[in-house]
Amino acid sequence: MAAHLKKRVYEEFSKVSQQQVSLEEVPAKKLRLTKPSKSAALHIDLCKATSPTDALQYLLHFAWKPVETESVEGVVRILLEHYYKESDNSVRLKIASLLGLLLKSQGFAPVCVVDDAINTLNNEKSHQVLAQLLDTLLIIGTQLPDKIAIIQRLIDVACKHLSSTYFRVRNKCLQLLGCLGTVDKPLSKETDAGPGAQTSHVRDVQSVISDYFQDQDPRVRTAAFKAMACKLLSDDYEQVRSAAVQMVWIRLVDDSFGKICHMVCDGSWVVRVQAAKLLGSMHQVSPHFLEQTLDKKLMSDLRRKRTAHERAKELYASGEFSSGRRWADDAPKEKVDTSGVNLIDSGACGAFVHGLEDEMYEVRIAAVEALCSLAQPSPSFAEKCLDFLVDMFNDEIEEVQLQSIHVLRQILTHITLREDQLDTVLAVLEDSSRDIREALHELLCYTNVSTKECIQLALVELLKNLTKYPTDRNSVWKCLKFLGARHPTLVLPIVPELLSTHPYFDTPEPDMDDPAYIAVLVLVFNAAKSCPTMPALFSDHTFRHYAYLRDSLSHLVPHLRPCDSVDWSNDAENSTASLESAQNFLQDSLIRVSALQNLETPGAQDLLEFTIRDLQRLGELQTELAGSADFCATYLHCQLLLTKALQEKIWTMAVPLCLKQNAKVSTAARQILDETYKLEFLYSGLETQQIAAIHNVRLQAKALQLILTARSKRGVDCVLGVCEKFLQDVESFQRHFMTELPHFQDSFVEKLLELMPRLTACKPLDLVKILQTTLRQSKFIHLKLPEQIHRASATIIEPTGESDNPLRFTSGLVVALDIDATLEHVQDPQTTVKVQVLYPDGQSHIIHPKPGDFRTPGPGRVRLITQVYLSHSAWTEACQIEVRLLLAYSSSSSKPSASKPAWNESMDGLATSESCIEGTIHLSKPVKVFIMPKPARR
Amino acid sequence: MPDIKVTPLGAGQDVGRSCILVSIGGKNIMLDCGMHMGYNDDRRFPDFSYVTQNGRLTEFLDCVIISHFHLDHCGALPYMSEMVGYDGPIYMTHPTKAICPILLEDFRKITVDKKGETNFFTSQMIKDCMKKVVPLNLHQTVQVDEELEIKAYYAGHVLGAAMFQIKVGSESVVYTGDYNMTPDRHLGAAWIDKCRPDLLISESTYATTIRDSKRCRERDFLKKVHETVERGGKVLIPVFALGRAQELCILLETFWERMNLKAPIYFSTGLTEKANHYYKLFITWTNQKIRKTFVQRNMFEFKHIKAFDRSYADNPGPMVVFATPGMLHAGQSLQIFKKWAGNEKNMLIMPGYCVQGTVGHKILNGQKKLEMEGRATLDVKLQVEYMSFSAHADAKGIMQLIRMAEPRNMLLVHGEAKKMEFLKDKIEQEFSISCYMPANGETTTIVTNPSVPVDISLNLLKREMALGGPLPDAKRPRTMHGTLIMKDNSLRLVSPEQALKELGLSEHQLRFTCRVQLHDPHSDTDTLGRIYTHLKSVLKSYSIQHVPDGTVIVESIVIKVTSSAEEPNLKVILLSWSYQDEELGSFLSTLLKNGLPS
Repeated sequence: MAAHLKKRVYEEFSKVSQQQVSLEEVPAKKLRLTKPSKSAALHIDLCKATSPTDALQYLLHFAWKPVETESVEGVVRILLEHYYKESDNSVRLKIASLLGLLLKSQGFAPVCVVDDAINTLNNEKSHQVLAQLLDTLLIIGTQLPDKIAIIQRLIDVACKHLSSTYFRVRNKCLQLLGCLGTVDKPLSKETDAGPGAQTSHVRDVQSVISDYFQDQDPRVRTAAFKAMACKLLSDDYEQVRSAAVQMVWIRLVDDSFGKICHMVCDGSWVVRVQAAKLLGSMHQVSPHFLEQTLDKKLMSDLRRKRTAHERAKELYASGEFSSGRRWADDAPKEKVDTSGVNLIDSGACGAFVHGLEDEMYEVRIAAVEALCSLAQPSPSFAEKCLDFLVDMFNDEIEEVQLQSIHVLRQILTHITLREDQLDTVLAVLEDSSRDIREALHELLCYTNVSTKECIQLALVELLKNLTKYPTDRNSVWKCLKFLGARHPTLVLPIVPELLSTHPYFDTPEPDMDDPAYIAVLVLVFNAAKSCPTMPALFSDHTFRHYAYLRDSLSHLVPHLRPCDSVDWSNDAENSTASLESAQNFLQDSLIRVSALQNLETPGAQDLLEFTIRDLQRLGELQTELAGSADFCATYLHCQLLLTKALQEKIWTMAVPLCLKQNAKVSTAARQILDETYKLEFLYSGLETQQIAAIHNVRLQAKALQLILTARSKRGVDCVLGVCEKFLQDVESFQRHFMTELPHFQDSFVEKLLELMPRLTACKPLDLVKILQTTLRQSKFIHLKLPEQIHRASATIIEPTGESDNPLRFTSGLVVALDIDATLEHVQDPQTTVKVQVLYPDGQSHIIHPKPGDFRTPGPGRVRLITQVYLSHSAWTEACQIEVRLLLAYSSSSSKPSASKPAWNESMDGLATSESCIEGTIHLSKPVKVFIMPKPARR
Repeated sequence: MPDIKVTPLGAGQDVGRSCILVSIGGKNIMLDCGMHMGYNDDRRFPDFSYVTQNGRLTEFLDCVIISHFHLDHCGALPYMSEMVGYDGPIYMTHPTKAICPILLEDFRKITVDKKGETNFFTSQMIKDCMKKVVPLNLHQTVQVDEELEIKAYYAGHVLGAAMFQIKVGSESVVYTGDYNMTPDRHLGAAWIDKCRPDLLISESTYATTIRDSKRCRERDFLKKVHETVERGGKVLIPVFALGRAQELCILLETFWERMNLKAPIYFSTGLTEKANHYYKLFITWTNQKIRKTFVQRNMFEFKHIKAFDRSYADNPGPMVVFATPGMLHAGQSLQIFKKWAGNEKNMLIMPGYCVQGTVGHKILNGQKKLEMEGRATLDVKLQVEYMSFSAHADAKGIMQLIRMAEPRNMLLVHGEAKKMEFLKDKIEQEFSISCYMPANGETTTIVTNPSVPVDISLNLLKREMALGGPLPDAKRPRTMHGTLIMKDNSLRLVSPEQALKELGLSEHQLRFTCRVQLHDPHSDTDTLGRIYTHLKSVLKSYSIQHVPDGTVIVESIVIKVTSSAEEPNLKVILLSWSYQDEELGSFLSTLLKNGLPS
């Protein structure tokens, strides 16, 4: 044996030297050279090892080192040799585990070692090692999913070892069976565990596994179940095709649903959470089964009692509204047949009732979520679980309350709320938690109600909410907007009442600034949008108020069709111009601009200026197009700046004379750069083509800067670095936007790339000259707009900046400032949005809000509610600081890097913030806050 | 057969005066020692003369276990320990031990000081009694003596309520006391592991009820209170001092907090304050929410709930008042009720059950005019609401507990006979276990089948394993050879050889010999050869040897052939086998009797 091994080692060595020869030309692959010798080294080490502990040490060392694919087999062989020789269990165990690791390595086909592995298995006595070897086999099996013969062999081996007395061996066997065994194919031959078994029939994997459900060892039972689950998954896959099997599955679902319902009452809460979650995933359950989960079968003194929910429904149906219930009111009426009542009929009954009132909130949340996912496809079930969800609004943990409100919102599309149900929902409006109230407003936006009383009720409650919590203003208005738009016919009959008009008498004109009055108007106007008869009921001042609100709160008040009696505001005709025409206008403007061949032609700049102005106005008028219009305007603005800069006189002047002009141009260059960053990071929905265009402009700006530096500075050294940098930029452009280049004919970049070989070779000053000419010659690229562009924006709702009372605090200490802002179309706000605080002395702090401070009330919208800490040394009088939101970007990639810096680390200065953030863009208008740090009293 | 005897002295087909005697494995245990609220005479306390006619109880009882602090579970304790006489250990949980004396003292005050009874236990007796109490923790196994051990499980009925597992050897009984399977605002749900006791003694107060979702009740309650307060009315909630009162307080407190309400909530003072103190202390006994948040704020430190003063009742404006007692039959709650009854804006909410004859019961039944003492009548104009906030398990909860514990027998106490009957049927039908419901003084005997543990020698076990058989089948019984040695109160199962060695006995061989006559025309050796080949073909998996001295040996069976002198064709086959191979031997003899194949 030893001789044989030695030969092998020498072979390895000789192979090494051969490789050395052949690979010498390719320096990149040098690294490999040491690898094959490693197996040899291992062999020598192992031979040297005198005691098992030594050998173990070597093996452990070896495990740390990477092994190249081509040498895996050699190493495996060597390991196997040692395995046969080794008498110590622990060393053999380690070798077995090493084998498993090695076989996992990429690109190595373990076919060749299967036989050896199985052989070792047959001679092994130690249970531990056996288990490890089976694990190795499992790895082999998963690596070779298509070699059926091998897999069959592995399965046979596993079946053989199932009878082992050691639980881990049985575990591994089951795992192997579960992962590798196929459902449709029975095992080829009798593989029953016990030697005493006499029969010899063909058995499939399932039945083999199911034998072990009864195993004495709980760990083996677990493994058996897991193996079976593996099977069932593939089972599922089979059934997709077979309708017959589908039938079986549905039955199974009902049955297992019942079983899982039982588990909702399990003793361990972990099991209960799991069970509740699972219930939610079983959509195929038949409806009558589902409905039982909400019914505990009320019984009192042998009589059937109706649930309180049923009673409420009946009360409502009979027209009598829940007025004081009497003591014997719920006395049961019909007598239940004693034998017929099954207290836990098939277990499914009342599972959700239990789940929802469980002690652990984890279980309750799971149950609420399960209800949601079950109710979404089934309106009837949604109807039934509504009452239960409403009850959850009263849970003791806010998280559960919020969750149930969210869930209710999701299933509300199916349901029309009854008055009593609405009443319960509305009761939560008085909750002191802002999150809950806002979630509820969101919920009300989606609510369908049935009667005009409901509308009135909702309005009254919302107004109550408004007086109690004035900060909810916006949210309440928005809620009423949707409520009105959803139920125009229900609002119509109560309009006179709402607006307190009178058929004969003029009523006093309400105060236009009253938020409550605005709320009512929002409701009415939104209802009027789809109800043309409604405006006839308005009084004169209502129309005046309409015009005012349409202007000041245009997002809440829709456009109403002009009515005969009144001349609506002047822009009525204008605004009939639909979205489509606006879109056409946008396109036309772009085409017009693109017709410009040379910006230096007289009038071209004027046209550009007008177009920019038009686009900006368009963005203001048509909110849907705001993103696109702004984007185009900004882009064109860059072009304009660039053209103007290039037309400056400096280019013709002698270098020393143009310092003043220089400043002008360099600001222009700076501005263009800023604008390009805005273009790239502020707008979402851009395609590569647009991004490439932006980068093109940026390169132009950089080129401009480079030229300016070259002109203003003496000496080549400083320019050299800048040139280097610029060339790198060009190169990276080429790398990133290779595919887009065909669109860039005659552009600056294209020309540059053509000249690239020359550029890299020439001197900086020549480079500058080339750049200068290229800049002047290059054409301007026309934008092609993508479907939808959204501009990221943010508004700070709080602080409002209107307060005259300064925030007083002792200098050196901190004061917390509450900030409430909405963000729209911001991607990944948790990492990009920062708060900037600017002190009057020019100090600026950037604060990273906690990820938990961002809430997502709807798609594309993010709410930031956070606190920033202010501090400063003492001032003599109160002064304003500015607070604004920033969007941080990193120019290294178009997306902000995923590796997030630790938030809120401190109030870093702008300059010292992390290196990956290259800059920030102002996201919102600044808000001024009065603060007054007082000197500390001693 | 060993058995468990259970005799309820109280609470057998009845509610109140819980006191159950259990004899298990030669130990006598008293479970609870309560008093009956409905009686004022001797029937008030359990009849301890059942245990012994005269003399102290100490020698007859191994221990007393109190499940929780309600008087119908602990009210007779000082009477039993001090007046009848018992010096053994009394087990209860820590909260029970803390609160129990407060209630007992209160009870004593009312009976002695107010009603003027004599021959009642004194304050000193309560103190002495409490000195005998051994407190224990949840899931703590306490060894009462060498054989008897008890363990407490969470019951969720009131603070500190526990279920007890009593175990002697492999026999065990679980006593639930009062328990609640639905968690409430301050307590969790009862929980027990799959301990598979021989007997589960369960309360059955709500044997025939399956209750509605508690959320529905809570919402109703809060809505009613909120509405009344909003329109400026006053709400009176009569409660008993401990238990439900705390739940309702938390419910209202959190609601006030959430809704930012300003109307004052009062709690009539008295023993509540002392007890509330203990609620604050025993946080570990409360539910998840309170346990998790008490670091920030202890839920029992109420912000909105203040102590009530008599004069507040006349204050204008809305308010909510919790007042004792709960059935409106006397005391502060009745006084406040009288003041407020005339105003229809006010509301009365009864959160619990009312006994017949009390004012509460009358109002709940819709009486609008009440006769007060001194011929005065009282018009009841205020709204009356009934809302059950009871902390007992309903039928489904009881079933759930049975499912959790998987007992072999069931015994119902603490409930009405008729309702128990119904539940008993259900249990027997659903779980197919026998269920008992003894009346007071009636003894139920439950035969148990305890398993007797025997030490088995490892060698024997390994040998058995080596013999094989379908392996993973732990739960099926299996026969094996061995010798049971009973020595020095220990049982051991060893292999026969080892037993012989240990006991110093020599082994006796027992062999059976049998002759089979066979007609065979061949010579003796040929016959033997034919037998050999025949056996070889029949018994494939056995070792068969043909020994040159003219015998065939199958395992331990020796086969010889002789022929009688007079008839050479008549061969006599001699079979000899040892006792151990009886089966094979008899098989062979019948096989050979049938003759050899030609």
